[in-house]
Amino acid sequence: MAEIVLRNLVKTYPGTRTPATDDISLEVRDGEFLVLVGPSGCGKTTLLRMIAGLEAPDSGSVQIGGRDVTDLPARLRGLSMVFQSYAIWPHMRVRQNIAFGLAMRKTPKAEIDRRVGEAAELLHLSEYLDRYPAQLSGGQRQRVAVARAIVTDADVLLMDEPLSNLDALLRMEFRTELKRIVGKLGTTTVYVTHDQAEALSLGDRVAVLRDGRVAQVGPPLEVYDSPADEFVGGFLGAPPMNFLPARVDRADGRSRLRIGDQSTAAPVALGDYPGDEVTVGVRAENVEVFDADGPDRLAARVEVVEPTGAAILLTVELAGRQLKVQAPPTFRIGPGSPVWLAVDPDRLRCYHPADSTAITVSG
Amino acid sequence: MSRLRAARRRTILIHVACVAVTLFMGLPIYLIALAALSSRESLNRFPLSLLPTDVSTETMRVFLDSTGVIGGFQNSVEVGLISLALSLALGVPAGYAVARYAFRGREPYQLFLLLTRALPIVVLSVPLARVFLATGLYDTTYAVALLHTALALPTTVLITSAIFVAVPVEHEEAAMVFGASAPRAFARVVLPQALPGIAAAAIFTFVTSWNEVLGAAVLTLNRRTLPAQVLSTLADSPLAFRFAGGFALVVPALVFIAFMRRYLLNMWGTTIR
Repeated sequence: MAEIVLRNLVKTYPGTRTPATDDISLEVRDGEFLVLVGPSGCGKTTLLRMIAGLEAPDSGSVQIGGRDVTDLPARLRGLSMVFQSYAIWPHMRVRQNIAFGLAMRKTPKAEIDRRVGEAAELLHLSEYLDRYPAQLSGGQRQRVAVARAIVTDADVLLMDEPLSNLDALLRMEFRTELKRIVGKLGTTTVYVTHDQAEALSLGDRVAVLRDGRVAQVGPPLEVYDSPADEFVGGFLGAPPMNFLPARVDRADGRSRLRIGDQSTAAPVALGDYPGDEVTVGVRAENVEVFDADGPDRLAARVEVVEPTGAAILLTVELAGRQLKVQAPPTFRIGPGSPVWLAVDPDRLRCYHPADSTAITVSG
Repeated sequence: MSRLRAARRRTILIHVACVAVTLFMGLPIYLIALAALSSRESLNRFPLSLLPTDVSTETMRVFLDSTGVIGGFQNSVEVGLISLALSLALGVPAGYAVARYAFRGREPYQLFLLLTRALPIVVLSVPLARVFLATGLYDTTYAVALLHTALALPTTVLITSAIFVAVPVEHEEAAMVFGASAPRAFARVVLPQALPGIAAAAIFTFVTSWNEVLGAAVLTLNRRTLPAQVLSTLADSPLAFRFAGGFALVVPALVFIAFMRRYLLNMWGTTIR
């Protein structure tokens, strides 16, 4: 049992005004894989380092497995970590690197050998145990760092952007493998990344951080489909969510959204929204693209056509705004042509224009 | 075509420069070795032979047998080793602190370190001699070792801090996450990676101490280090004796550097990363 409970963590680095983490409270359940994601400088690494005990919070508390560890040094917290730079020690062989945590715990020699062997096998490192890190490729060093972290059977596994130094292909490959390994171990894991695709693909839950605060926490698809504010919608997903200003027209009990001089059906959530102005958010893949007009379709003009292989990404102009929409790969169109867009009203998310928070169905 | 030629000319120039520097450093050592290992008669011959035609150990033997030389040699080694131990014991932790911690006054401290070298040794020696006389340390190897430690410390701090900066903090943090206390993380992870820099600092301290003569001459009377001993007898000694003394001063420093060389190469030639 090792759930992590963070309470009101505040940390301001000396010489800076704004706090790196501003009153963050989070809970990670036992065995859960939580991803902290956000742009650089949002406080995600600081938060991870406070869990690890490498950074002391100004106020607030950290509990691991029901035990308050706020004042404990890192080595007594029963956790292990994968660092962004791998931080494997160049003067030790791979075997010694992996065995370090066990050796520090005075594990018997025979058991160290057995467990290092197991971890090496899991990460396909068995042939490299007697090499020095300098003789390994980047991907292999990454594996050593992971092997060193899992071999100690710690209650909590922390990972700080472990894939960011790998090239794109390796990163995809290792992401899958990491998910498989961590899933098999069932260790409580906190994973920091700035890559939204990694966050969505790895996490049981995703916590999006912004300016030292948690903007939204939830399962990946929920956070992706219903961003709590414009920031989350704009940060998660590639391409980011489209945002358009719109007016709410209410006529005979049904409301419609007026965008420029056109209009489309409004989502139910707007039913009892009192204002007139909203910001509408929609994902590129939730917009249907047609080459002919029809009911409830919005006319737009194609500006850029970008085939991505699996689909065609169109940048279109609608009411003076640019919009990214996705068309099937069979769709043939050139820049400058007119297109018509249709959106399922249930797929539209509406935000308060003033503070860009989501408008949700009340009651 | 002309680019190729330019590159070729560059290579040749670099080679010429290398040869020139080597000659500049090597020729005096060769000449002094030649003179020290020649017989007295051949030194007085004219013109002087530039090849070892008349090798003899007589000059060196006479030099080593003369009073105070063996004692001076022992004193020099003692002073060198004490200085080395003291400057590493004080300088390595200081270098670590400069490299790792952002403390108030770090920048002025680093500047101040270098400023200590701005004071001439002669100026320092006289007040030091008074202090040592008062404390009973005068005319001991410890007195000279303390002076040499003070002279070598700034460089020790700066060299070791440069090498500690090169060891990523994450290496230490990783050790601490995996169960090491801070001193243990330092000993197991940082120190092994910092050895080249520490070796460089050690060479510097030892050679500085070995070659320093003014302070050693002022602070001692009977327990002279070798250079101080040679200097005090230089004026009234024959030519052969001077060559032998010079040779005896150069060789130990060269041996020490040769011994430490592999650590140095680690630092500047290849990195262990």
